[in-house]
Amino acid sequence: MTTTPHNSMQKTLLELFDLSKSYGSIKAVNGLSISLKKGNVYGLLGPNGSGKSTTLGMVLNVVNPTSGRFQWYSGTLTTHQALKKIGAIIERPNFYPYMTAYQNMVLICKIKECGTNGIEEKLKLVGLWERRDSKFSAFSLGMKQRLAIAAALVNNPELLILDEPTNGLDPEGIHQIRKLILSIAKMGTTILLASHLLDEVEKVCSHVIVLKNGVKYYEGPVDQITVAHGFFEIKCTQIEAAIRFLESLSEIGEVQNEHDLIRIFSKDALDPESLSKKLAKAKIYPTHFVWKKPTLEDQFLTLTQS
Amino acid sequence: MRLLYIELYKLGHSTISKLLIFGYFLLILSISILSTIKVEFGPINFYLAEQGIFNFPYIWHFNTFIIALLKLFFAVVIVAMIGNEYSNRTLKQNLIDGLSKGEFLRSKLYAILAFVITSTLLVFLISLILGGIYSDYNEWSIVFSDLEYLLAYAIKLFCFFTFCLMLSILIKRAAFALGFLAFWQFFEGINFGLLNWKLETYFPTVTVNQVFQFYPLNAMSNLIKEPFSRLSAIQNIANEIGDGFSKDYNVTLLSIVIALSWSALFILISYQLLKRRDL
Repeated sequence: MTTTPHNSMQKTLLELFDLSKSYGSIKAVNGLSISLKKGNVYGLLGPNGSGKSTTLGMVLNVVNPTSGRFQWYSGTLTTHQALKKIGAIIERPNFYPYMTAYQNMVLICKIKECGTNGIEEKLKLVGLWERRDSKFSAFSLGMKQRLAIAAALVNNPELLILDEPTNGLDPEGIHQIRKLILSIAKMGTTILLASHLLDEVEKVCSHVIVLKNGVKYYEGPVDQITVAHGFFEIKCTQIEAAIRFLESLSEIGEVQNEHDLIRIFSKDALDPESLSKKLAKAKIYPTHFVWKKPTLEDQFLTLTQS
Repeated sequence: MRLLYIELYKLGHSTISKLLIFGYFLLILSISILSTIKVEFGPINFYLAEQGIFNFPYIWHFNTFIIALLKLFFAVVIVAMIGNEYSNRTLKQNLIDGLSKGEFLRSKLYAILAFVITSTLLVFLISLILGGIYSDYNEWSIVFSDLEYLLAYAIKLFCFFTFCLMLSILIKRAAFALGFLAFWQFFEGINFGLLNWKLETYFPTVTVNQVFQFYPLNAMSNLIKEPFSRLSAIQNIANEIGDGFSKDYNVTLLSIVIALSWSALFILISYQLLKRRDL
């Protein structure tokens, strides 16, 4: 996980301003504004049909926005120029079936106007170098998806966009792709990963954007979404005194007592260190102290179901 | 050049495209086989090459007309090269990889242009060689007269291929696009019939051909008019029957303007379709 502190010096790669897309009366994306900064790993979360793919389609020049706009590299590059510097894969790998893996890669290098030097390295990275002379049509879905990743990486992109990269793969394939994404993230590439698989996002992303019905529900660092809604469990000898003390603290929202196990829900973000310091000051020494962070899945469900 | 290279790369790695393109150019060459048609049947001794079809400058007219018929063969290549981009979703991938929609269209147009130029050059060379062998007149001034038929040939092909390009972008599927092409030919034929029948009733001052020359497929065929009735053998027969006729066989400027206007329109429509559609 690469968590880079918020920094105004970070280069902005992509900004969306009030972007909307309607299909007839259905609003697939509704007034979406986000900005992606270099160095972060973003997870774009949302249930099926929440507008993830449409959003990506718009910034990737294949879907025309109904209203609003977006800009790449702070508007210094046109969309198609910017797309040459990034890498993107969309739900299904699309290649020329009659060409071999290698021939397809050469064509992509021509389109992206980058040298063909990266082909060998990237095909080796995804484990397809041995199969470079096989026709694309002879590949399994997992191999096609890996070729798509190699193709997206061939120009050493500044941003890698992945839309449901593990969709339709078997467990083996899913595992391979995840390992790949993790290693790419570790290399410092900025990634935008659209997925409805939360553990996938939780494992690699530093930031999340949650979408539902085309509307943004949350945007921010992945640990903040969990910290804000975490809770503590403590046990101690003087239960009554502890509860009285905790209830008197301003940052504490609710205190529950369940079979001598005290559950503390904070109003604001509260870290375990400051809580235990406060307890120690009040001469309360817990025998059991657990900070429970809800999983991203719990958070996601509360966010999207409300 | 990058765009042309991209398109030729796509075509060059497809066996079917290669086969069709190769076959097309082979068919053009095969026109020279015509020269060997020789029927000897008792007293009738028919030798096609000596009927004057390979005489300069008539050969420019004859060859460009005959070889232009083969364009339909190449239309399949064009329709397939667009249809495949849609069915393989590689158009989408090309755009994502950083090709703009304008560049995509231009890469197709450059390929079409390259084939038109190759085809025209081939026709020029074949006619020159066949004429050199069989023509009765070999003075340079005669050899290189009437070369406007080559220009008309190139425009005719270009216009037809841009029409195919637009149809395949519009319809997205190769087979249906070809079907629509056939339907359109039919449609123009029916229109011609209707015009013949009713036009005079409503617009007595307008002749049918004045209207019909603006129909796209007819505009293309007007570029090079049929050469057969110009053959001396047939003219002789016509004269003997006493029904001598004169017809303007020249390439007219108007027909060129009409065809080029259609091409421009087809390209514009193609671009708008690409631009407006979501993929």
